[in-house]
Amino acid sequence: MRRTVIFKGWKLPILLLLPQLTITALFFFYPAGQAIWESLFIPDPFGLKSQFVGTGNFEFLLSDRYYRNSFRTTAVFSISVTFLSMGIALYLAVLADRLIKGAGIYSSLLIWPYAVAPAIAGVLWLFMFNTRVGVVSWYIGLLGYDWNHVLNQGEAMGLVVLASSWGRISYNFLFFLAGLQAIPKSVIEAAAIDGAKFWRRFRTIVIPLLSPITFFLLVVNIVYAFFETFGVIHTITSGGPQQATTTLVYKVFSDGFVGQDLGSSAAQSVILLFVVGLLTVIQFKFIERKVHY
Amino acid sequence: MKRMSMFFVILSAALMLATPVRAATQIEWWHAFTGRLGDLLAEQVNQFNASQSDFEVIQNNKGNYSETLNAGIAAFRANEQPHLLMVFEVGTATMMAAKGAIKPVYEVMKDAGVDFNPEAYLGPVKGYYTTTSGDMLSLPYNASTPVLYVNKDALSAAGLDPNIDLSTWQKVGAALDVLKASGNACPLVTAWQSWVHLENLSAYHDVPFATKDNGFAGLDATLSFNGPVQVKHIQTMGDWAKEGKFIYTGRRNEGGANFRAGECALFTESSAGYAGVKKEAKFDFAIRFLPYWEGVTGAPQNTIIGGASLWVMQGHSAKEYAGVAAFLNFLSTPDIQSAWHQNTGYLPITLAAAAQTKTEGFYDANPGTEIAGMQMTAKAPTSNSKGIRLGFFDQIRGIIDEELEAVWSGSKNAQAALDTAVDRGDLLLRRFEQLNR
Repeated sequence: MRRTVIFKGWKLPILLLLPQLTITALFFFYPAGQAIWESLFIPDPFGLKSQFVGTGNFEFLLSDRYYRNSFRTTAVFSISVTFLSMGIALYLAVLADRLIKGAGIYSSLLIWPYAVAPAIAGVLWLFMFNTRVGVVSWYIGLLGYDWNHVLNQGEAMGLVVLASSWGRISYNFLFFLAGLQAIPKSVIEAAAIDGAKFWRRFRTIVIPLLSPITFFLLVVNIVYAFFETFGVIHTITSGGPQQATTTLVYKVFSDGFVGQDLGSSAAQSVILLFVVGLLTVIQFKFIERKVHY
Repeated sequence: MKRMSMFFVILSAALMLATPVRAATQIEWWHAFTGRLGDLLAEQVNQFNASQSDFEVIQNNKGNYSETLNAGIAAFRANEQPHLLMVFEVGTATMMAAKGAIKPVYEVMKDAGVDFNPEAYLGPVKGYYTTTSGDMLSLPYNASTPVLYVNKDALSAAGLDPNIDLSTWQKVGAALDVLKASGNACPLVTAWQSWVHLENLSAYHDVPFATKDNGFAGLDATLSFNGPVQVKHIQTMGDWAKEGKFIYTGRRNEGGANFRAGECALFTESSAGYAGVKKEAKFDFAIRFLPYWEGVTGAPQNTIIGGASLWVMQGHSAKEYAGVAAFLNFLSTPDIQSAWHQNTGYLPITLAAAAQTKTEGFYDANPGTEIAGMQMTAKAPTSNSKGIRLGFFDQIRGIIDEELEAVWSGSKNAQAALDTAVDRGDLLLRRFEQLNR
């Protein structure tokens, strides 16, 4: 039976909501509105004048084959980063969960990379894979493979995915480990007594019980791959070669802040706004249904 | 309480004594130099501040070129702009179009009553920053031009004469064959591919990079660097890349590290790379003229500059502009300019500084350093070799980089890549035209 309590009056509720509403309006609706407004113009970078172009910016963007391509690039990049970082994190968490001695040290060490800023992580990976002086590319060279992410699109994508996932593994690991430790041992032991081997227990007990955490991480990681990997891409490839690593967010930056084309940059932000909105709806409508709380 | 107030009296008295009477008008200068260049710049500022007491220049680094420009733009929007802003050469058209944001240098000089003769500046350097009617809009600060650096030891190791003639690309091609055959892993490397191998290539062979005098004569210019000379050069470079004779290391000057480490035999890079090569190279090196294609009429013409100039921002008082004028005048003096030229490898911006460097015997002591100046001033600039003035040029360079990378990786031929770059760049030029109509 559901009991609903209804308070009298509306002043107090409004008053209590006000701080949150103000913050939302000031920091979310206002900038978003501003972006939509600016996407209708080609403004001069100094703000001296501005030409109304209506949907011109959008037509300009959508007729650009490279811009349309960057949707695909973003999808490949985000999905790769999400699955790579979550997959490795889950694997490590399962191992850590089974440890009896030294689990604390093991997990503390795994959390370290999370403390490294994305741009610095980018530089680290860049040095390791530098086509001329990199340690890793040198070893790859010994195996007879000529590593050159400066020209090879696949290698460039692989490198930014790797660098972006690396720091993220720690974060995911932390949540997975907590999730695993929250699963009652008795359930697993009961299954073991019934003769279920590790894989079966993992598939039928651990995965379903871990699904709320997995879903949370999925959302958070996709948002991360979309918006926060910019520093890594900037330091390693600057979006190249031939825009093979130019994600939607990186293009907003490079057109707006390097190229001074604020109209196109604003229009891209608006498109991004819709993409992310759509993504959120999909996640909560379709994926969340499969989650057992 | 009494002790407290006593304390404040003493404190305020101490503060009053500690703060000197500051009558000097402060001039703010935002620039993009760090490291050694930043130190040399700070030294110029200190010299100016010590030389007089009316004005005090305060220099601030605001990141790299793009970041500095952005900082200037953001500051202008917030009405907090500095007096002087360093802007790289590709931002020239953007600054020129921002008429309400900048105060042309010739106007600053005229208002301040400072003796200012544009004829004192090197033609091709000045030309980049002057209107078609001859008014100088910004003061050239650091200007360089691409030259060819040669690792003589690498040539000897390949059995070549270290003083071999490399004046034409045909001769370079022959040398690359020998280098490659001898097992050299990096016969040729470059920095700033668009600047050296398209922009300067076009000027050097007197072919247009864009119509309307490379954009000097109007905003309705269209790109035209997909002509036969450029296509031939890029296709040849692409073939060299495929054969392992030209090694691509990146869009900026990443290749410099490889050359300075002695890995590469030939290196096309800005004359400003001299300081670094001289400091780090543990091999015998030489500077040569940038090669040209023999058989192209008019070649070699002159090369064009890269680097940055100083723009004066609007919105300050007449007294402050007087200080700006005095400082700009100070920067143009032969002593300052020749020291800058000799320390950095950037070009001397005035004829007097060039002459002074010569009489001081610097060129004799450092052979090769005179080449950049000679290469730029060998012939009077034509409409194709005065410079390039295009809107959204930074982005156009990005497009060129992308398409050139397609050639180096072998996924496109030169004609297709340059045609695409022209088409994509023209869209941006039309946007810039639309904005500034």
